[in-house]
Amino acid sequence: MSWYNPANVGFATRAKLADLGHGARLFARLVTFFGAAMRRFGLVRDQIHFLGNYSLAIIAVSGLFVGFVLGLQGYYTLQRYGSSEALGLLVALSLVRELGPVVTALLFAGRAGTSLTAEIGLMKAGEQLSAMEMMAVDPVRRVLAPRFWGGVIAMPILAAVFSAVGILGGWVVGVVLIGVDPGAFWGQMQGGVDWWRDVGNGVVKSLVFGVTVTFIALLEGFEAQPTPEGVSRATTRTVVVASLSVLGLDFILTAMMFSI
Amino acid sequence: MERSKSDIWVGLFVLIGAAALLFLALQSANLLSISFQPTYRVIAKFDNIGGLKRQAAVKSAGVVVGRVESIGFDDKSYQARVTLALDSRYAFPKDSSLKILTSGLLGEQYVGVEAGADEKNLAAGDTIGNTQSAVVLENLIGQFLYNKAADGNSAGTAQKK
Repeated sequence: MSWYNPANVGFATRAKLADLGHGARLFARLVTFFGAAMRRFGLVRDQIHFLGNYSLAIIAVSGLFVGFVLGLQGYYTLQRYGSSEALGLLVALSLVRELGPVVTALLFAGRAGTSLTAEIGLMKAGEQLSAMEMMAVDPVRRVLAPRFWGGVIAMPILAAVFSAVGILGGWVVGVVLIGVDPGAFWGQMQGGVDWWRDVGNGVVKSLVFGVTVTFIALLEGFEAQPTPEGVSRATTRTVVVASLSVLGLDFILTAMMFSI
Repeated sequence: MERSKSDIWVGLFVLIGAAALLFLALQSANLLSISFQPTYRVIAKFDNIGGLKRQAAVKSAGVVVGRVESIGFDDKSYQARVTLALDSRYAFPKDSSLKILTSGLLGEQYVGVEAGADEKNLAAGDTIGNTQSAVVLENLIGQFLYNKAADGNSAGTAQKK
Protein backbone atom coordinates (compact mmCIF):
# COMPACT_ATOMS: atom_id res chain seq x y z
CA MET A 1 0.00 0.00 0.00
CA SER A 2 1.51 3.30 -1.02
CA TRP A 3 -0.25 6.58 -1.37
CA TYR A 4 1.25 7.40 -4.80
CA ASN A 5 0.08 4.19 -6.42
CA PRO A 6 -2.94 5.25 -8.55
CA ALA A 7 -4.80 2.03 -7.81
CA ASN A 8 -4.52 2.62 -4.05
CA VAL A 9 -5.54 6.26 -4.36
CA GLY A 10 -8.55 5.24 -6.39
CA PHE A 11 -9.46 2.55 -3.87
CA ALA A 12 -9.18 4.96 -0.96
CA THR A 13 -11.28 7.59 -2.77
CA ARG A 14 -13.99 5.06 -3.57
CA ALA A 15 -14.00 3.86 0.04
CA LYS A 16 -14.35 7.44 1.32
CA LEU A 17 -17.15 8.16 -1.16
CA ALA A 18 -18.94 5.01 -0.09
CA ASP A 19 -18.59 6.04 3.58
CA LEU A 20 -20.06 9.43 2.76
CA GLY A 21 -22.99 7.94 0.90
CA HIS A 22 -23.60 5.44 3.68
CA GLY A 23 -23.56 8.23 6.25
CA ALA A 24 -25.98 10.35 4.23
CA ARG A 25 -28.33 7.40 3.83
CA LEU A 26 -28.27 6.71 7.56
CA PHE A 27 -29.00 10.39 8.21
CA ALA A 28 -31.95 10.36 5.83
CA ARG A 29 -33.34 7.24 7.53
CA LEU A 30 -32.96 8.77 10.98
CA VAL A 31 -34.83 11.88 9.86
CA THR A 32 -37.66 9.88 8.31
CA PHE A 33 -38.01 7.89 11.55
CA PHE A 34 -39.12 11.06 13.36
CA GLY A 35 -42.73 9.93 13.32
CA ALA A 36 -41.87 6.40 14.38
CA ALA A 37 -39.74 7.71 17.24
CA MET A 38 -42.48 10.02 18.46
CA ARG A 39 -45.05 7.21 18.39
CA ARG A 40 -42.89 5.27 20.82
CA PHE A 41 -42.09 8.30 22.89
CA GLY A 42 -41.07 6.21 25.89
CA LEU A 43 -37.81 5.31 24.16
CA VAL A 44 -37.08 8.96 23.26
CA ARG A 45 -37.98 10.04 26.79
CA ASP A 46 -35.46 7.63 28.29
CA GLN A 47 -32.80 9.02 25.96
CA ILE A 48 -33.64 12.63 26.85
CA HIS A 49 -33.35 11.56 30.47
CA PHE A 50 -29.98 9.94 29.84
CA LEU A 51 -28.52 12.56 27.48
CA GLY A 52 -30.19 15.68 28.84
CA ASN A 53 -30.81 15.36 32.56
CA TYR A 54 -27.45 13.82 33.30
CA SER A 55 -25.67 16.55 31.29
CA LEU A 56 -27.52 19.30 33.15
CA ALA A 57 -25.03 19.54 36.02
CA ILE A 58 -21.93 19.92 33.87
CA ILE A 59 -23.70 22.37 31.53
CA ALA A 60 -25.02 24.53 34.36
CA VAL A 61 -21.70 24.64 36.21
CA SER A 62 -19.77 25.42 33.00
CA GLY A 63 -22.29 28.14 32.14
CA LEU A 64 -21.92 29.69 35.57
CA PHE A 65 -18.14 29.85 35.33
CA VAL A 66 -18.15 31.09 31.73
CA GLY A 67 -20.51 33.85 32.91
CA PHE A 68 -18.17 34.68 35.81
CA VAL A 69 -15.18 34.95 33.50
CA LEU A 70 -17.11 36.98 30.92
CA GLY A 71 -18.11 39.38 33.69
CA LEU A 72 -14.52 39.82 34.86
CA GLN A 73 -12.91 40.06 31.43
CA GLY A 74 -15.68 42.17 29.94
CA TYR A 75 -15.52 44.61 32.83
CA TYR A 76 -11.73 44.90 32.47
CA THR A 77 -12.02 45.80 28.78
CA LEU A 78 -15.12 47.98 29.00
CA GLN A 79 -13.96 50.13 31.87
CA ARG A 80 -11.00 51.24 29.75
CA TYR A 81 -13.51 52.95 27.51
CA GLY A 82 -15.58 54.14 30.41
CA SER A 83 -18.59 52.10 29.39
CA SER A 84 -18.77 49.41 32.05
CA GLU A 85 -22.59 49.75 32.06
CA ALA A 86 -22.57 47.85 28.76
CA LEU A 87 -21.33 44.77 30.64
CA GLY A 88 -24.79 43.20 30.67
CA LEU A 89 -25.10 43.62 26.91
CA LEU A 90 -21.65 42.15 26.31
CA VAL A 91 -22.29 39.12 28.53
CA ALA A 92 -25.76 38.45 27.11
CA LEU A 93 -24.81 38.85 23.46
CA SER A 94 -21.69 36.71 23.65
CA LEU A 95 -23.55 33.97 25.50
CA VAL A 96 -26.76 33.93 23.50
CA ARG A 97 -25.16 34.28 20.09
CA GLU A 98 -21.94 32.30 20.38
CA LEU A 99 -20.80 30.72 23.58
CA GLY A 100 -24.09 29.19 24.65
CA PRO A 101 -24.65 27.00 21.59
CA VAL A 102 -20.96 26.29 20.84
CA VAL A 103 -19.64 25.48 24.30
CA THR A 104 -22.76 23.44 25.05
CA ALA A 105 -22.25 21.47 21.84
CA LEU A 106 -18.60 20.80 22.68
CA LEU A 107 -19.49 19.67 26.20
CA PHE A 108 -22.41 17.66 24.84
CA ALA A 109 -20.06 15.87 22.42
CA GLY A 110 -17.76 14.99 25.29
CA ARG A 111 -20.41 14.10 27.83
CA ALA A 112 -23.20 12.51 25.78
CA GLY A 113 -21.72 11.87 22.32
CA THR A 114 -18.98 9.58 23.61
CA SER A 115 -21.40 7.51 25.65
CA LEU A 116 -23.64 7.10 22.59
CA THR A 117 -20.73 5.97 20.42
CA ALA A 118 -19.44 3.53 23.03
CA GLU A 119 -22.91 2.12 23.64
CA ILE A 120 -23.71 1.56 19.96
CA GLY A 121 -20.17 0.32 19.26
CA LEU A 122 -20.38 -2.24 22.05
CA MET A 123 -23.83 -3.32 20.92
CA LYS A 124 -22.31 -3.90 17.51
CA ALA A 125 -19.23 -5.68 18.91
CA GLY A 126 -21.51 -7.90 21.02
CA GLU A 127 -23.56 -8.64 17.89
CA GLN A 128 -26.70 -7.33 19.57
CA LEU A 129 -27.50 -5.27 16.48
CA SER A 130 -27.16 -8.34 14.24
CA ALA A 131 -29.34 -10.30 16.66
CA MET A 132 -32.04 -7.64 16.38
CA GLU A 133 -31.90 -7.83 12.61
CA MET A 134 -32.31 -11.61 12.85
CA MET A 135 -35.53 -11.00 14.80
CA ALA A 136 -36.70 -8.66 12.02
CA VAL A 137 -36.29 -5.63 14.29
CA ASP A 138 -34.65 -2.72 12.49
CA PRO A 139 -31.81 -1.53 14.76
CA VAL A 140 -31.81 1.91 13.13
CA ARG A 141 -35.46 2.31 14.00
CA ARG A 142 -35.37 0.72 17.44
CA VAL A 143 -31.94 1.76 18.76
CA LEU A 144 -30.56 4.68 16.74
CA ALA A 145 -33.62 6.82 15.99
CA PRO A 146 -34.71 7.34 19.65
CA ARG A 147 -31.16 8.28 20.60
CA PHE A 148 -30.92 10.68 17.67
CA TRP A 149 -34.16 12.50 18.44
CA GLY A 150 -33.46 12.44 22.17
CA GLY A 151 -30.16 14.21 21.55
CA VAL A 152 -31.71 16.68 19.11
CA ILE A 153 -34.39 17.61 21.65
CA ALA A 154 -32.02 17.78 24.62
CA MET A 155 -29.38 20.00 23.01
CA PRO A 156 -31.34 23.31 22.60
CA ILE A 157 -32.66 22.96 26.14
CA LEU A 158 -29.14 22.53 27.47
CA ALA A 159 -27.90 25.52 25.44
CA ALA A 160 -30.72 27.70 26.78
CA VAL A 161 -29.86 26.65 30.33
CA PHE A 162 -26.20 27.40 29.65
CA SER A 163 -26.95 30.92 28.40
CA ALA A 164 -29.40 31.71 31.19
CA VAL A 165 -27.07 30.48 33.93
CA GLY A 166 -24.16 32.31 32.24
CA ILE A 167 -26.06 35.60 32.30
CA LEU A 168 -26.78 35.06 35.99
CA GLY A 169 -23.06 34.37 36.49
CA GLY A 170 -22.20 37.62 34.70
CA TRP A 171 -24.71 39.39 36.91
CA VAL A 172 -23.16 37.94 40.07
CA VAL A 173 -19.67 39.13 39.11
CA GLY A 174 -20.67 42.42 37.48
CA VAL A 175 -23.39 43.67 39.79
CA VAL A 176 -22.88 41.87 43.09
CA LEU A 177 -19.07 41.70 43.26
CA ILE A 178 -17.80 44.62 41.14
CA GLY A 179 -20.75 46.93 41.63
CA VAL A 180 -21.96 47.82 38.14
CA ASP A 181 -25.30 49.58 38.34
CA PRO A 182 -27.98 46.86 38.10
CA GLY A 183 -30.38 49.13 36.22
CA ALA A 184 -27.80 49.83 33.53
CA PHE A 185 -26.74 46.16 33.46
CA TRP A 186 -30.23 44.90 32.63
CA GLY A 187 -31.31 48.01 30.72
CA GLN A 188 -28.41 47.88 28.26
CA MET A 189 -29.01 44.16 27.84
CA GLN A 190 -32.69 44.61 27.12
CA GLY A 191 -31.98 47.46 24.74
CA GLY A 192 -29.41 45.55 22.74
CA VAL A 193 -30.59 41.93 22.62
CA ASP A 194 -33.22 41.18 20.03
CA TRP A 195 -35.45 38.23 20.87
CA TRP A 196 -35.48 36.79 17.37
CA ARG A 197 -32.21 37.93 15.80
CA ASP A 198 -30.15 36.98 18.84
CA VAL A 199 -32.08 34.56 21.05
CA GLY A 200 -33.94 32.86 18.19
CA ASN A 201 -30.84 32.40 16.07
CA GLY A 202 -29.02 31.02 19.09
CA VAL A 203 -31.74 28.38 19.42
CA VAL A 204 -31.49 27.55 15.71
CA LYS A 205 -27.74 27.18 16.09
CA SER A 206 -28.05 24.85 19.06
CA LEU A 207 -30.61 22.77 17.16
CA VAL A 208 -28.21 22.39 14.22
CA PHE A 209 -25.37 21.48 16.59
CA GLY A 210 -27.62 18.96 18.35
CA VAL A 211 -28.30 17.24 15.02
CA THR A 212 -24.59 17.35 14.11
CA VAL A 213 -23.16 16.02 17.36
CA THR A 214 -25.76 13.31 17.89
CA PHE A 215 -25.58 12.12 14.32
CA ILE A 216 -21.77 11.96 14.29
CA ALA A 217 -21.77 10.06 17.59
CA LEU A 218 -24.29 7.53 16.28
CA LEU A 219 -22.56 7.15 12.91
CA GLU A 220 -19.17 6.54 14.51
CA GLY A 221 -20.67 3.96 16.84
CA PHE A 222 -22.60 2.28 14.04
CA GLU A 223 -19.56 2.14 11.77
CA ALA A 224 -17.07 1.15 14.47
CA GLN A 225 -14.86 -1.92 14.04
CA PRO A 226 -16.49 -4.53 16.28
CA THR A 227 -13.45 -4.87 18.53
CA PRO A 228 -12.46 -3.18 21.82
CA GLU A 229 -9.84 -1.21 19.93
CA GLY A 230 -12.31 -0.21 17.24
CA VAL A 231 -14.82 1.07 19.82
CA SER A 232 -12.18 3.14 21.59
CA ARG A 233 -11.04 4.59 18.27
CA ALA A 234 -14.63 5.40 17.30
CA THR A 235 -15.16 7.18 20.63
CA THR A 236 -12.09 9.33 20.07
CA ARG A 237 -13.18 10.11 16.53
CA THR A 238 -16.60 11.21 17.82
CA VAL A 239 -15.05 13.90 20.00
CA VAL A 240 -12.62 15.09 17.32
CA VAL A 241 -15.01 15.07 14.36
CA ALA A 242 -17.98 16.44 16.31
CA SER A 243 -15.96 19.28 17.84
CA LEU A 244 -14.43 20.30 14.53
CA SER A 245 -17.79 20.08 12.74
CA VAL A 246 -19.42 22.25 15.40
CA LEU A 247 -16.72 24.92 15.14
CA GLY A 248 -16.77 24.88 11.33
CA LEU A 249 -20.57 24.92 11.14
CA ASP A 250 -20.65 27.72 13.68
CA PHE A 251 -18.61 29.90 11.34
CA ILE A 252 -20.94 29.17 8.42
CA LEU A 253 -24.09 29.69 10.48
CA THR A 254 -22.81 32.93 11.97
CA ALA A 255 -21.87 34.22 8.54
CA MET A 256 -25.35 33.35 7.26
CA MET A 257 -27.38 34.66 10.20
CA PHE A 258 -25.61 37.81 11.26
CA SER A 259 -24.17 39.06 8.00
CA ILE A 260 -25.71 42.48 7.75
CA MET B 1 -48.29 4.55 27.03
CA GLU B 2 -46.19 3.11 29.79
CA ARG B 3 -45.30 5.39 32.69
CA SER B 4 -41.94 5.40 34.30
CA LYS B 5 -39.93 7.20 36.93
CA SER B 6 -37.93 9.10 34.35
CA ASP B 7 -41.15 10.82 33.21
CA ILE B 8 -40.92 13.26 36.09
CA TRP B 9 -37.28 14.00 35.55
CA VAL B 10 -37.61 14.50 31.81
CA GLY B 11 -40.59 16.74 32.45
CA LEU B 12 -38.53 18.74 34.92
CA PHE B 13 -35.69 18.95 32.40
CA VAL B 14 -37.96 20.30 29.68
CA LEU B 15 -39.49 22.72 32.18
CA ILE B 16 -36.04 24.05 33.15
CA GLY B 17 -35.24 24.51 29.47
CA ALA B 18 -38.48 26.40 28.89
CA ALA B 19 -37.80 28.56 31.94
CA ALA B 20 -34.30 29.34 30.66
CA LEU B 21 -35.66 30.34 27.26
CA LEU B 22 -38.35 32.45 28.89
CA PHE B 23 -35.69 34.11 30.99
CA LEU B 24 -33.61 34.86 27.90
CA ALA B 25 -36.59 36.19 26.00
CA LEU B 26 -38.04 38.31 28.79
CA GLN B 27 -35.11 39.39 30.90
CA SER B 28 -32.39 39.78 28.31
CA ALA B 29 -34.29 40.53 25.12
CA ASN B 30 -37.22 42.26 26.81
CA LEU B 31 -39.79 40.65 24.57
CA LEU B 32 -42.64 42.28 26.48
CA SER B 33 -41.58 45.75 25.41
CA ILE B 34 -42.05 44.95 21.74
CA SER B 35 -45.16 46.89 20.97
CA PHE B 36 -47.82 45.36 18.86
CA GLN B 37 -49.28 48.79 18.43
CA PRO B 38 -50.59 49.51 14.97
CA THR B 39 -48.24 51.70 12.96
CA TYR B 40 -48.37 53.87 9.86
CA ARG B 41 -45.59 54.20 7.32
CA VAL B 42 -44.01 57.45 6.31
CA ILE B 43 -41.22 57.87 3.78
CA ALA B 44 -38.34 60.24 4.38
CA LYS B 45 -35.57 61.24 1.99
CA PHE B 46 -32.16 62.04 3.38
CA ASP B 47 -29.05 63.29 1.58
CA ASN B 48 -26.91 61.18 3.89
CA ILE B 49 -28.03 58.77 6.59
CA GLY B 50 -24.59 58.15 8.07
CA GLY B 51 -24.71 55.00 10.19
CA LEU B 52 -28.47 54.71 10.58
CA LYS B 53 -29.63 51.10 10.75
CA ARG B 54 -32.89 49.22 10.42
CA GLN B 55 -34.84 49.02 13.68
CA ALA B 56 -33.25 52.25 14.88
CA ALA B 57 -35.50 54.34 17.09
CA VAL B 58 -37.54 57.29 15.89
CA LYS B 59 -37.77 59.76 18.74
CA SER B 60 -39.63 62.96 19.31
CA ALA B 61 -38.70 65.00 22.37
CA GLY B 62 -36.68 61.98 23.51
CA VAL B 63 -39.65 59.58 23.48
CA VAL B 64 -39.61 56.61 21.12
CA VAL B 65 -42.49 57.07 18.71
CA GLY B 66 -41.54 54.54 16.02
CA ARG B 67 -38.85 52.50 14.30
CA VAL B 68 -36.90 52.66 11.07
CA GLU B 69 -38.46 49.94 8.97
CA SER B 70 -36.29 49.85 5.89
CA ILE B 71 -33.53 51.78 4.20
CA GLY B 72 -33.12 52.00 0.45
CA PHE B 73 -31.61 54.15 -2.24
CA ASP B 74 -33.58 56.29 -4.64
CA ASP B 75 -31.71 56.46 -7.95
CA LYS B 76 -33.89 59.31 -9.27
CA SER B 77 -32.95 61.88 -6.67
CA TYR B 78 -29.80 60.08 -5.48
CA GLN B 79 -31.02 60.21 -1.91
CA ALA B 80 -31.49 57.66 0.81
CA ARG B 81 -35.09 56.53 1.11
CA VAL B 82 -35.93 55.65 4.70
CA THR B 83 -39.28 54.10 5.60
CA LEU B 84 -40.39 54.92 9.14
CA ALA B 85 -43.06 53.01 11.00
CA LEU B 86 -44.67 55.48 13.40
CA ASP B 87 -47.00 54.51 16.22
CA SER B 88 -50.59 55.15 15.18
CA ARG B 89 -51.41 56.75 18.53
CA TYR B 90 -49.03 59.63 17.75
CA ALA B 91 -49.89 62.12 15.02
CA PHE B 92 -47.48 64.69 13.64
CA PRO B 93 -48.14 67.80 11.54
CA LYS B 94 -47.47 67.47 7.84
CA ASP B 95 -44.54 69.90 7.86
CA SER B 96 -42.63 68.13 10.62
CA SER B 97 -38.90 67.91 10.03
CA LEU B 98 -36.54 65.00 10.59
CA LYS B 99 -32.95 64.92 11.77
CA ILE B 100 -30.51 62.09 12.17
CA LEU B 101 -29.03 62.37 15.63
CA THR B 102 -26.60 60.39 17.72
CA SER B 103 -27.28 59.37 21.30
CA GLY B 104 -24.14 60.23 23.20
CA LEU B 105 -20.76 60.73 21.60
CA LEU B 106 -20.35 57.22 20.18
CA GLY B 107 -23.88 55.95 20.61
CA GLU B 108 -26.49 54.63 18.24
CA GLN B 109 -27.96 56.87 15.58
CA TYR B 110 -31.65 57.60 15.63
CA VAL B 111 -34.14 59.74 13.78
CA GLY B 112 -35.41 62.80 15.62
CA VAL B 113 -38.81 64.25 14.72
CA GLU B 114 -39.48 67.94 15.25
CA ALA B 115 -43.13 68.80 15.01
CA GLY B 116 -44.15 71.53 12.58
CA ALA B 117 -47.14 73.83 12.70
CA ASP B 118 -49.33 72.56 9.86
CA GLU B 119 -52.95 71.84 10.73
CA LYS B 120 -53.03 68.66 8.68
CA ASN B 121 -51.35 65.57 10.08
CA LEU B 122 -49.05 63.09 8.38
CA ALA B 123 -50.90 60.17 6.85
CA ALA B 124 -49.68 56.75 5.78
CA GLY B 125 -47.54 56.91 2.62
CA ASP B 126 -46.64 60.59 2.98
CA THR B 127 -43.14 61.72 2.12
CA ILE B 128 -41.21 64.05 4.35
CA GLY B 129 -38.77 66.20 2.42
CA ASN B 130 -37.70 68.53 5.19
CA THR B 131 -34.80 66.53 6.54
CA GLN B 132 -31.35 67.11 7.92
CA SER B 133 -28.59 64.63 7.16
CA ALA B 134 -26.42 62.84 9.64
CA VAL B 135 -23.30 64.66 10.65
CA VAL B 136 -20.36 63.05 8.89
CA LEU B 137 -17.16 63.72 10.77
CA GLU B 138 -14.97 63.72 7.65
CA ASN B 139 -17.10 66.41 5.96
CA LEU B 140 -17.03 68.47 9.14
CA ILE B 141 -13.23 68.30 9.32
CA GLY B 142 -12.94 69.02 5.60
CA GLN B 143 -15.18 72.08 5.95
CA PHE B 144 -13.20 73.27 8.92
CA LEU B 145 -9.91 72.96 7.07
CA TYR B 146 -11.36 74.67 3.99
CA ASN B 147 -12.62 77.59 6.08
CA LYS B 148 -9.25 77.87 7.79
CA ALA B 149 -7.49 77.95 4.43
CA ALA B 150 -9.93 80.55 3.10
CA ASP B 151 -9.38 82.69 6.20
CA GLY B 152 -5.62 82.40 5.80
CA ASN B 153 -5.82 83.43 2.11
CA SER B 154 -8.03 86.46 2.70
CA ALA B 155 -5.76 87.53 5.56
CA GLY B 156 -2.77 87.26 3.19
CA THR B 157 -4.39 89.32 0.43
CA ALA B 158 -5.50 91.90 2.97
CA GLN B 159 -1.91 92.35 4.11
CA LYS B 160 -0.68 92.80 0.52
CA LYS B 161 -3.06 95.66 -0.03
